[in-house]
Amino acid sequence: MKARLTFAVAAIALAASGAVLAQSTLDAVKSKGYVQCGVNTGLAGFSQPDSRGVWKGLDVDSCRAVAAAVFGDHAKVRYTPLTAQQRFTALQSGEVDILSRNTTWTITRDTSLGLNFVGVTYYDGQGFMVPKKLNVKSAKQLNGATICVQPGTTTELNLADYFRANRMNFKPVVIEKLEEVTNAYFAGRCDVYTTDVSGLVSTRGSRAQNPADHIILPEVISKEPLGPVVRHGDDRWFDVVKWAVFAMLEAEEMGLTSKNIDQNLTSTNPAIQRFVGATGDIGKMLALDNRWAYNVVKQVGNYGESFDANLTPLGFERGINNLWTKGGLMYAPPVR
Amino acid sequence: MRARAAALQLALVAAVLFVFWYVASNTAQNLEARKIASGFAFLAREAGFEIGEAPFLTYSAADSYARALLVGLINTFRVALIGVVLATLLGTLVGLARLSRNWLLAKLAALYVEVMRNVPLLVQLFFLYAVITENFPGPRDALSPLPGVFLSNRGIALPLLAPHAAHAWLGAALAAGAVLAWLLARWARRRQAFTGQPFPVFAAGAALVLGPPLAVFLAAGAPFALARPELQGFNFAGGANLTPEFATLLGGLTLYTAAFIAEIVRAGVQAVDRGQFEAAYSLGLPRRRTMRLVILPQALRVIIPPLTSQYLNLTKNSSLAVAIGYPDLVSIANTTMNQTGQAIEGIAIIMGVYLTISLSISALMNWYNRRIALKGARA
Repeated sequence: MKARLTFAVAAIALAASGAVLAQSTLDAVKSKGYVQCGVNTGLAGFSQPDSRGVWKGLDVDSCRAVAAAVFGDHAKVRYTPLTAQQRFTALQSGEVDILSRNTTWTITRDTSLGLNFVGVTYYDGQGFMVPKKLNVKSAKQLNGATICVQPGTTTELNLADYFRANRMNFKPVVIEKLEEVTNAYFAGRCDVYTTDVSGLVSTRGSRAQNPADHIILPEVISKEPLGPVVRHGDDRWFDVVKWAVFAMLEAEEMGLTSKNIDQNLTSTNPAIQRFVGATGDIGKMLALDNRWAYNVVKQVGNYGESFDANLTPLGFERGINNLWTKGGLMYAPPVR
Repeated sequence: MRARAAALQLALVAAVLFVFWYVASNTAQNLEARKIASGFAFLAREAGFEIGEAPFLTYSAADSYARALLVGLINTFRVALIGVVLATLLGTLVGLARLSRNWLLAKLAALYVEVMRNVPLLVQLFFLYAVITENFPGPRDALSPLPGVFLSNRGIALPLLAPHAAHAWLGAALAAGAVLAWLLARWARRRQAFTGQPFPVFAAGAALVLGPPLAVFLAAGAPFALARPELQGFNFAGGANLTPEFATLLGGLTLYTAAFIAEIVRAGVQAVDRGQFEAAYSLGLPRRRTMRLVILPQALRVIIPPLTSQYLNLTKNSSLAVAIGYPDLVSIANTTMNQTGQAIEGIAIIMGVYLTISLSISALMNWYNRRIALKGARA
């Protein structure tokens, strides 16, 4: 009896010490053999499963890039679809390794939520979509409107701020699941649907019966830099995710694509040689294979390829999401 | 032997305490390690989000998280309270209908119970919500079954009595009438006990309850001005508005819980010995009075304990509001957790509130149960 009790206490104590001294995420990911990635429950162009159940989108590509960098295999990702309300808890509790779910970088999230934003993969802003038949031309005409919005988002806060600043009233209809909230809008429960403009374009393009029946108002009321997020306090993993994302941008700037990177393995350009791992030991600095960046570009593509494959078909323009060399904001620190 | 039992008890207590201590310290350590904020200071901060419906309490985005949570709590109470009353009424009717000698009525009641009990509540809520939002027209071509009443996918807009000075007197008259009716009922019961003479308590009571307010109403010159809802811009303004979210949740909770209550009522009535019916009939009591005076009081003793569970279930099920966007406590607390990142505090608030509500309902029902229990019998 006594022996059994002692054993039980020892087991609990062991579990306690294990949980406190958590393993670094990179080691944990390497030993389990895949990256657990938190994505949207279905936002076309960012993260949505296709007809065969394969996840596609710009946010999904960030996860695949990390898998390619860590394992040399972009397919070693498992996806956890998360609602806006579940996402941070899922990341904080360790249920997912990366949160790549069109999440806005704000100071509150970066500090008090115990998170770290690795960078920006899409520069966005909040807008309003209304049915054309309402004849609304500007967000300033929305006084008294019923507005569909997802809870726990920056959208919800910006919306309240905007109406307060303009001394207007509105009735929110707050529904957690993206599918349900867009259904409510298309069924006419709300006059207006508000979220990031990218989300509006994506929803209009993929869910409206007739996309031409809905217009997106000209006002963009906020800055919404979207990007992947990791837990605070694990710098090694933070670095890996950050540079996997930067590698896609750097590749586009260097003109490297999934099609031409094999020819560039023997390039004489020293920057490209370093990038593909032919010279130097950048991979080792990240505790990864030296061909990590090559694998990212070869298997996932550069940022522009990802954008063209996922967002351009839905009617997205590159706009401010172009490279800095082409008048946009996308800029990766040098890979050297 | 005794020492061993005591040692085991002690070990159990120690183990429970250890688990609590372990969870608390581990959580605190991990929160600290990840630099996640903790504590309840956030409650005083500005919430910054709007809430769709805030009855009895004004609320704007400039108010604090604490006030937002209070609005959520009021919304939970509102739907749970009305739901409990409606579900009890409907459930009792359906339960008695299942016992009816009318074949069609009994079968319809049985069908209702089986369908409602066996379809998950969440599915019913989605279904009801879709029926309301997809089928009703927009506010600009709202249906108007009665003048001043508008049905649209924004809910039901109803005219409201415009406030008037006489209304306070109306309320006072109503209260006075109710007290008089109660006194009358007491007197009638005693008279019947002494003389055996029945008194038409219901008719006289109704006259006492309704008479004084009516007199006041007429004396004040019948102030019957209505605030009618009118279409202004996007939505109806003025009057009262029952939102689709509230209507869906209330309807869903009522219909679902009523099915369970119906079964409880049926079981309670059937638990009363047949001899009680026969004895009542042989005394010459008509069927309806047999039910009211002999069967139901005995059935209640069987009904109350499981009924309490149903009230608790209904209250807790009201948290499914999240799915259809009714701003109940859980929905507001979820938003709060997400905006502040303080999930542990948020969950603690939710747990504390539901525990308090549930224990209060239990205490109330237990008190009632003791009151109606057989005197001298053990509860």
